[in-house]
Amino acid sequence: MSLLEVRDLSVSFGPREVVSRVSFSLDAGEKLALVGESGSGKTVSAFSLIRLIESARVSGSVRFDDKDVLTLPPAQLRSLRGSDIAVVFQEPMTALNPVLTVGAQIAEALQLHEGLSAGAAQAKAIEALSRVGLPEPGRRAASYPHQLSGGQRQRAMIAMALACGPKLLIADEPTTALDVTTRYQILDLLEDLRRTTGMAILLITHDLNLVRRFADRVAVMERGQLVEQGATTTILDAPQHPYTRKLVNSRPERAVDRPGEGTVVDARSVSVTYPTRLPGIRGWFVKGRFTAVRDVSFRLAPGETLGVIGESGSGKTTLAMAMLDLVRAEGDIRIDGRAWKGLSRPDVRALRRRVQVVFQDPLSSLSPRMTVEDIVGEGLRVHEPSLDREARRQRIIQALADVGLSENGQIEPLLERYPHEFSGGQRQRIAIARALVIRPEVVVLDEPTSALDVTIQKQVLRLLAELQRKYRLAYLLVTHDIDVVRAMAHRVIVMKDSAVVEAGDVDSIVSQPQSPYTRALIEAGAGLA
Amino acid sequence: MTTVPTAIVRKIGQSPGRRAWLRFRSNRLGYWSLIIFTVLFVLSLLAEVLSNEKPLLARYEGRWYFPIVQTLPETTFGGDFPTPTDYLDPFIRAQLAKGDNFALYPPNPYSYNTINYFTRSPNPAPPSSQNWLGTDDRGRDVLARLLYGFRLSVLFAIVVTLVTTGFGILYGSIQGYFAGWTDIGMERFSEVWGSMPTLYMLIILSALFSPQLWLLILLLSIFGWLGTAAYVRAEFLKNRGLDYVRAARALGQSHWTIIRRHVLPNSLTPVITLLPFDMVAAIGALTSLDFLGLGVPPDTPSLGELLSQGKNNLDAWWISLSTFMVLVVTLLLLVLIGDALRDALDPRKALSEVES
Repeated sequence: MSLLEVRDLSVSFGPREVVSRVSFSLDAGEKLALVGESGSGKTVSAFSLIRLIESARVSGSVRFDDKDVLTLPPAQLRSLRGSDIAVVFQEPMTALNPVLTVGAQIAEALQLHEGLSAGAAQAKAIEALSRVGLPEPGRRAASYPHQLSGGQRQRAMIAMALACGPKLLIADEPTTALDVTTRYQILDLLEDLRRTTGMAILLITHDLNLVRRFADRVAVMERGQLVEQGATTTILDAPQHPYTRKLVNSRPERAVDRPGEGTVVDARSVSVTYPTRLPGIRGWFVKGRFTAVRDVSFRLAPGETLGVIGESGSGKTTLAMAMLDLVRAEGDIRIDGRAWKGLSRPDVRALRRRVQVVFQDPLSSLSPRMTVEDIVGEGLRVHEPSLDREARRQRIIQALADVGLSENGQIEPLLERYPHEFSGGQRQRIAIARALVIRPEVVVLDEPTSALDVTIQKQVLRLLAELQRKYRLAYLLVTHDIDVVRAMAHRVIVMKDSAVVEAGDVDSIVSQPQSPYTRALIEAGAGLA
Repeated sequence: MTTVPTAIVRKIGQSPGRRAWLRFRSNRLGYWSLIIFTVLFVLSLLAEVLSNEKPLLARYEGRWYFPIVQTLPETTFGGDFPTPTDYLDPFIRAQLAKGDNFALYPPNPYSYNTINYFTRSPNPAPPSSQNWLGTDDRGRDVLARLLYGFRLSVLFAIVVTLVTTGFGILYGSIQGYFAGWTDIGMERFSEVWGSMPTLYMLIILSALFSPQLWLLILLLSIFGWLGTAAYVRAEFLKNRGLDYVRAARALGQSHWTIIRRHVLPNSLTPVITLLPFDMVAAIGALTSLDFLGLGVPPDTPSLGELLSQGKNNLDAWWISLSTFMVLVVTLLLLVLIGDALRDALDPRKALSEVES
């Protein structure tokens, strides 16, 4: 008898069916991973198990512990949620209430489900926090969510979920919002807790590295359908379904040329500081300085890719913005021998033409109220105002052809469309076309693939490598993903706490990292730790 | 595989504005409110034709006259004095009905300032076949005054809303785009400006100057832009940090173009949502000032002045009741339009549609 038995689960929103006839089961103490790309219906399926999505129509049958969850009256459903089935969400900052202390939030669940007194609940909350490995649990219980780090918050979320001793834990991308180095600590914690409590875990994720490391069994979803399920090693080593095969083979391949000779970018001791307010009366008179980038130097040759890796907050994106002259930097950044500093306005404009940027999230980097033609053509209006409408249009079409964007082999019908009519990968192609249409020499890639699904990631990286070969572009690639660096970069600098901890060829850094920080980053990314 | 309501079917190249309009149209209450409001407004623009004491067209002894645009002395129609004709005078009416003579009167034969000297009951007269909604205490037709008053209120509201919104957008966008010290300075100014007691200022200023409609528009406008400016500023502060603005800056685009092409179109949602509510506020302000006697000049048709007459003549229920109904219907229609607009422009609804 399984703990959870799902038969023909279908979920629809209005006329749209997002999950169709999904069946799986889960034994006590088992770890099942539900894998798929965004929009595959994995989160919706999991949340429908406890009817957490109000506007959805759910059919099929869900039996948990011999109770039919889908027909359970509301009172019993509430007691099931939180006590027998608990949920850990992706983003602990938004899942925790910011105005209540962490301890109070855990105690609330205990008082509700176990009927404990306030004092007893508080004591048990502290115990729960110590169980998830938070140091000084007494003090942490009195902390507000913003006073904890991301990893600590996720631990607190897990403590909250586990406080009532659930039989099933639904973990929705529990590590996606965390830095790579803390991801595996959270997984290890979940594994430890599973061993001691004997609960079952349903892990929802898109990251196959996590699955390989964590799950006993895996179920793969594509567009609302469960296409394949089985033991983790069987599925990942010998995938049967073409979609699973595509997912498993989505690790990007290296397809870059040797870099050329010469120097396009020469950055010497670049530092970026922000003024901050000092606490107390002193802050009225003296401004503190926060150093976001400290003394970074690098060079970039035509056709070369420099990978900048580091965790969030390490200053890597600020460095990229400094190179674009979008934040004020000290030190010397020269592009083709010309520094940003001391240039007149028209000269700055001319220099901007040589350095372009592609951002992480293609949805926010394209203005939702402009057509593709306007978006891509904007650079031409600025830098080649002499082009007439028709010539500009030809260049736009050329740029879209370069990035491989077309519909049934036609490009022109796409020009009148708006960004919302494209998928994430297509939007990123538009963003790349916008950067390339004015033929820059250097392109800053700020996490160009992290908002994309894994299979799309691979295509976009291949495209970037192709364009580099074709136009001898120099890339400054900012990323936290070691796979991307391995596929794209010639040289790497590793940043931590605003400074460079290690720099060198990609091969030597990846195979023989010198600093323990780099080693942790690489191991975490490779899923081997 | 599924059927989608026709209004939400996505067409190729649909701009976000067009999609918002389709969503607005699918809200039947708001859409019909807009239609009814537009019809009422257009009718009130034709008030001279619908409600006027002068005939639209008259024939007297073989000659054609257009009294609605001509000023004709009474002698034209066989009267004794060369004064402008009073077409409500039973004598003139009789003259115009004699033989081949004929006159085409508007449906409601009174203008807003026509005094009916020939009413059968003392003023204020209750509703009758002569005056469908009765007369006020000076013998002026209530229906005519309501019609002209509605037009004046709506036109007033439109002008005030346009002026305040325009200035608010300008102020808020400069403030929000440049941020930093510009923002701090301008924000302090608008705080000082906003802390002035608007009503007292209006009372003082309308005591200093002779009451005039343009003065009222000016007074309400100079205090009315603060809300819009605050919304626009907040939207600009949010949008200026988005990647598409940074991408435009990296392209070397000028500040002015970035504001106009990138940030502004994406910052107007709250402004558009606010428009009907701004109009509601302007109509309310005009009505209350008129009610207090601080508003438009005495003879102007105004809903507030009618309300104050209703208050002074409580037994003449037709004055207050009909004015009240007109105000309620106007404001209700505007609020319903505003609600529908808000729903249509709600980014979350837009998002759920993008995903589908």
